[in-house]
Amino acid sequence: MRLMRRYRFSASHRLHAPSLDARLNRELYGKCNNPHGHGHDYTLEVVVEGQPMGATGRLIALGRLDGLVESSILKTLDRRDLNSDVEEFATLVPTTENLAAVVAARLAAAWPAAFAGSGARLEKVRIHETKKNIFEVQIEPPRPVSDTPPRRPAQS
Amino acid sequence: MLITRKVEFSASHSCVNPALDRAANEELYGAEANPHGHGHNFVLEVTLEGQPDPVSGMIVDLKQVKELLEREVVEPMDHRHLNREVPPFDQVVPTPENLAVEIWRRLEPRFAGMPARLKQIRLYETEDLYVEYEGR
Repeated sequence: MRLMRRYRFSASHRLHAPSLDARLNRELYGKCNNPHGHGHDYTLEVVVEGQPMGATGRLIALGRLDGLVESSILKTLDRRDLNSDVEEFATLVPTTENLAAVVAARLAAAWPAAFAGSGARLEKVRIHETKKNIFEVQIEPPRPVSDTPPRRPAQS
Repeated sequence: MLITRKVEFSASHSCVNPALDRAANEELYGAEANPHGHGHNFVLEVTLEGQPDPVSGMIVDLKQVKELLEREVVEPMDHRHLNREVPPFDQVVPTPENLAVEIWRRLEPRFAGMPARLKQIRLYETEDLYVEYEGR
């Protein structure tokens, strides 16, 4: 079973790759290269996969999910300028591809502490930059960890 | 090929687990835990899988699907209080997760004689929250 929860944040950005010259930047990013920046009302969809926990009928504690998204995403992105206010974009062009990757990485990093033992897995994040542009990142399931080294194949 | 039919129903519910204290209920259910209940305009998307019939060019007769959804979901749930009027929600917390499981349980066997099988349901509680269920 999956559960999707939608959040909103508004932020400004400017798309400009410092390794390219002014003409190439204008060609590549068009209006998004405007030196003064521009903004969007982003929509963030967080998709969680798992099973409802026994008699609670809940796949995930919604209050805790909202708290996690607020503290790790909305607090630092909403009503901000992505280029100047958000650490990751000091060295990364704030395209929505990169924004989706940053949001996914932040949530995946905070997930185990917030939902240890709950069985709810962060499956994907989707960001709507506008109604027409939607970006989706799948979260890789953690690899099984083994403390015994793999066996060597038998010598023939 | 997949085909999706959408229906809406409006119902009230209250999500409280009597075995838990107030703080635990609020963390799990948020404002949904108000004991007096509240309502939503639920939107149900029912996705069927099948192949178009070579003669009709249709996967399934949508009129039949419409009647089935009306009978199994809309008629018993629309403008009802789920906890009080729609079993098993007198016993089971009517979260959208449990509601999706119950809708699946009601619908899935009804497709037995039809050329399409039930692939997935997506239940929007609000436009900001949905649950998807594929029978497991």
